[in-house]
Amino acid sequence: MIWLNILIQGTLIGGFYALFACGLSLMFGVLKVINLAHGDMAVVAGYVAVFLTPHLHIPEIWSFLVVVPIFGLIGYIVQRTLIQKSIDRDPFTTLLVTFGLSVVIENLLLEVYSANGQTVNIGAIGYESWHPGSIFYISYVSLGVLGTAVLVLLILQMFLSRTNTGRLIRAVADDREAAQMSGANYRHIFGIAAAIAFATVALAGIAYGMMTQFAPTSGGVNLLFAFEAVVIGGIGSLWGTLIGGVALGIAQQFGAHFNVGYQILAGNVLFLIVLAIRPQGLFGRKTALS
Amino acid sequence: MSQLLEVNSLYVHHGQLCAIDDVSFTLPEGEILAIVGANGAGKSTLLRTIAGLHRQTSGSIVLGGDDIGKLTPNRRVRRGISLVPEGRRLFASMTLEENLLVGASHANEGPFNVKRIYELFDWMPARRKQSVWQLSGGEQQAVAIGRALVANPRILLLDELSLGLAPIVIERIYALIPEIVASGVSILIVEQDVAQGVAVADRVHCLLEGKTSLVGIPSELTAQQIDRAYFGADLTPTTTGAAAS
Repeated sequence: MIWLNILIQGTLIGGFYALFACGLSLMFGVLKVINLAHGDMAVVAGYVAVFLTPHLHIPEIWSFLVVVPIFGLIGYIVQRTLIQKSIDRDPFTTLLVTFGLSVVIENLLLEVYSANGQTVNIGAIGYESWHPGSIFYISYVSLGVLGTAVLVLLILQMFLSRTNTGRLIRAVADDREAAQMSGANYRHIFGIAAAIAFATVALAGIAYGMMTQFAPTSGGVNLLFAFEAVVIGGIGSLWGTLIGGVALGIAQQFGAHFNVGYQILAGNVLFLIVLAIRPQGLFGRKTALS
Repeated sequence: MSQLLEVNSLYVHHGQLCAIDDVSFTLPEGEILAIVGANGAGKSTLLRTIAGLHRQTSGSIVLGGDDIGKLTPNRRVRRGISLVPEGRRLFASMTLEENLLVGASHANEGPFNVKRIYELFDWMPARRKQSVWQLSGGEQQAVAIGRALVANPRILLLDELSLGLAPIVIERIYALIPEIVASGVSILIVEQDVAQGVAVADRVHCLLEGKTSLVGIPSELTAQQIDRAYFGADLTPTTTGAAAS
């Protein structure tokens, strides 16, 4: 029974990791950019939900309706200006630029909102849970986040495989030059991919604020987990990211069962094992066109 | 006949190396021009520059009276230039049909659409849901041609169609070229295989180390003239010219 509970709790937290990671995976898969400010963007979204949307008289629980589209727009603009400029120089520059962005964001948040922990206040439902058995507590919020993650991945999957724009995103990811030769403006496509990445990470940031407390520096550790989820699942595979997130969540719960101090360690160990045995990740593709 | 494409004293550099050294030619509407030359002669660089993937150092590229030398590759597609790149460069994660749909995403008006491509290559409809990496080299080449054609180009740039393909497959692909030209597309073809290029072309332009070494109409050129322009040396047919090539 206790093991079943570990599986359940791990899966719930894994849903959050996947939601957090899918934008990172998309940015890396399409733009070949590792966005080191990805986690900080999530935190910014949390602060916007807590401090700014109340001014619009929108309850915090519905703040994502405003914040997510705004972050999509920000993603497009940041890509077409800052990130594209650094891609045009060389890949290493993108690491420096996004790292710099991360430092600037964290310090601005500390300066403006202090280091105090914040939560997205959604009322009593935030503390309630479904209690199906003697030792099972399934938090409604975690369940909602897992459901949201699955829904977001499903929509993203449909978008990438069924729509013209989605196909172009995959074409640019496969071969940028060949996509240009099919008439695609790759910079615009990069912008759209970044917009999706920023929108999903904003959703993840608000979800995080509903689940637990966040502070200006919460982005870093979540970026690490997201990165691990992407690598475990396999770069370029959306459902792999979900499985990777769930595997990471279960490993962490498993570790925590023996000692709370082992929680993060167990996740990192799983990450290293996957890297050693299957570097392309569980669902990553090794095959390429000869 | 009106000139569809004019390339005027084009120079292209790869760093210090001058890959294209003062090359000029014209391509009239409805014609096939073959650019032949040995490895490293600058043929692919020339095609990629016309497609916009390289920038010229100087000189101009004029399409239908407009200088397109400063446009991005995707803008040139909308002006009617499509490249079938060397090595095919299909979208590896996609199916055959998805590759064609990407090609059609920014198409010009014209006779080609995905349905027309399926008529041109009648084996395609049955396999349209297959991943392109499951196709043979010749089939992949056909998809690459289809992906370029479906954008309805005015000029199709074909880069080393025969590379890595069996002779029978090459023959089948070349057999399509008259049909493509008949639908109103002009063709600029780059070939290492001189015989193949010369057989299909209206005119031949030979490159040697980035410079024009011979221009002419295939029926008026002797094998000796072409050999000389291709290798930059006299390989007299009385001795072992065939063996040396």
